[in-house]
Amino acid sequence: MFPNNPLLEPFLIIIAKVILIPVIVLNLIPLLIWMERKVSAYIQDRRGPNRANILGVRLAGMILNFADVVKLLTKEEFFPTGANRFYFVLAPGLVFFIYVITTAIIPFADVLKIGEFTMSFQVADLNVGVLYLFSMASLAVYGVMLAGWSSNNKYSLLGGLRASSQMISYEITMGLSIVTLFMMSGSVSLNDIIHYQSENPLYWNMIQQPLAFILFLIATFAETNRNPFDLPEGESELVAGYHVEYSSMKFALFFMGEYAAIIVASSVLAALFLGGWQVPFLSTQALIDNAVFFLNVIGKVFGVVSILLGLVLMVQFRPGRYKDARDFEVLILGIPALAVGIFASYFFFTQGIYDMPDWAPPVFAASVQFVTFITKVILFCFFFIWVRWTLPRFRYDQLMSFGWKGMIPASLVNLFLVSARMMF
Amino acid sequence: MQLAFFYFFSGLSILSALFVIFFRNTLSAAIALVVTLFGVACLFGLLEAHFLAAMQVLVYAGAVMVLFLFVIMLMNLGREELLKIKLAFLGIIGVITGVCLAILLVTRFMGLSAPLLSLDLGVEYGTVKSVGKLLFGEYLIPFELTSILLLVAIIGAITLARKPQS
Amino acid sequence: MILLSHYIVVSAILFSIGVIGVLCRRNALVIFMSVEIMLNAANLAFIAFAREHGGMEGQTIAFFVMALAAAEVAVGLGIIMAVFKKQGTIDLAKINFLKG
Repeated sequence: MFPNNPLLEPFLIIIAKVILIPVIVLNLIPLLIWMERKVSAYIQDRRGPNRANILGVRLAGMILNFADVVKLLTKEEFFPTGANRFYFVLAPGLVFFIYVITTAIIPFADVLKIGEFTMSFQVADLNVGVLYLFSMASLAVYGVMLAGWSSNNKYSLLGGLRASSQMISYEITMGLSIVTLFMMSGSVSLNDIIHYQSENPLYWNMIQQPLAFILFLIATFAETNRNPFDLPEGESELVAGYHVEYSSMKFALFFMGEYAAIIVASSVLAALFLGGWQVPFLSTQALIDNAVFFLNVIGKVFGVVSILLGLVLMVQFRPGRYKDARDFEVLILGIPALAVGIFASYFFFTQGIYDMPDWAPPVFAASVQFVTFITKVILFCFFFIWVRWTLPRFRYDQLMSFGWKGMIPASLVNLFLVSARMMF
Repeated sequence: MQLAFFYFFSGLSILSALFVIFFRNTLSAAIALVVTLFGVACLFGLLEAHFLAAMQVLVYAGAVMVLFLFVIMLMNLGREELLKIKLAFLGIIGVITGVCLAILLVTRFMGLSAPLLSLDLGVEYGTVKSVGKLLFGEYLIPFELTSILLLVAIIGAITLARKPQS
Repeated sequence: MILLSHYIVVSAILFSIGVIGVLCRRNALVIFMSVEIMLNAANLAFIAFAREHGGMEGQTIAFFVMALAAAEVAVGLGIIMAVFKKQGTIDLAKINFLKG
């Protein structure tokens, strides 16, 4: 961040990125689990988690994740009879590990340039780009297959077989549908594809290539084994599919692996089709040039919103509603929000920030882009959850014939159309 | 640094290749082969063939080996009837032949002392773009023939797998 | 300092392991896997020589070998499955339905 500091060697930055970027992705997992619970609750017209609390603070049910962690860590480790222990333990770790290392090529923001110093917000800008992602994601199928096989259970085996055949079938569509993006942007690197899409939402691939977008989206649903393609774990037929015999932290790894897969899929969707870190209508240069203005606007908006949030929370205070610590949650959250809001509004409305050191505008631009990217990722995650709780499941033969007879021809037609458009 | 990586990945691939042929459990052999392929892909990466490394993992590990596992699971070879390696007369001859071949090849190739890193390769070497240009330019006809080969393979596989019509 | 011989020796060792696998094992699937190891060893040699010459032709050949291996596996596994259905085993010593 600070170009004049000789201590920050590129090597240290690489180490920091290798640690930080997976941590960012892993931290989205509890958020996603919370979203899944809340969204499913509201879709089914109920409240969702609202009991678990720490000193009365529930954060709208997010505290339940801590209870989950405690529960999963303290559950009994269980090995089914006749299970192959080595593969049984290896499988969940493999699934989780594979999805975490695919995050290496996701760019979270534009390249940060401060004077001579440059830093990219992805672990590795490989020239094989998306191909790396595909090759790594295709390894995840081993985890599922091994889990199904080593459990020594026919439901698991069926689930594993279903998952693997489904994943290798839909991988073809996935690859074919984004070949058109490579053709248009002339590169397989995610960063180049994002640059090609520019900051104008009209040129984002979602608008430019709607068919490829829809095909890729459907294929990612199948790849992540989410509803309507969650046949591998279809509980009405296979109990829980390939992880039926898993308990404790080994189950948790599968569970987190599923959400990590959703996050990776969403970030790839966001990067390929929704302009990645591009802020709508604002290029990196525009952000850097107008950093002072935007920072003040953001500060003012933040102050006002925080005051309103604090007031809305505090108005809800009813002593004796639950008759325990939960009564005071609105105050515990509301008073700091109000205080921060008042302080921020006072500062930004009376003084504001007018002079910045040289390194500040690029850092500001990068952080705005980072927030934009995360927002897009969460939008896609929300879409995944929304679809899961509103659509019924396919039948298995329907899924396969849809994949082979519907999706693959459609992606070939799309490839043909786009090449024709490029030629003429 | 590179030498350390080279030794690590070549050791990994050779060791797991040995596991492939000496594991009695067919599934373990297949998993060991995945590790071998992965190690070889990493060696490709060390040789600056990035596209080939990605393809190796994508095609071999991602598709070919999944088919192997699939077949193993469908056959459901029970642990009792796993085919044992009987070091019969032919087997011993096989091992001797293989070891002789290894000794012959290794002693023959030890002499190649061309250093690998002296050449200036440029940034394009081994990228998707340069391999693609070669494939669709100079090697277009072999490339198209490959697609015909794959088509033939698809038809052959379907013919073999289809239930006989009565 | 990595020499060309390093990679070629690794390739030779892998190839010999594949040969031993083909000669010793009677499990059709494992023999198939050994063939894959041999193909990979050849690929490694191709790419190492390509690196030594600074050309890309070796890489294209390796690409073709991969496509070939994929085709071979599709048909080969189909054959193995068909034989398994007919004979109930993939032990090559026991598959003898061509004997008159």
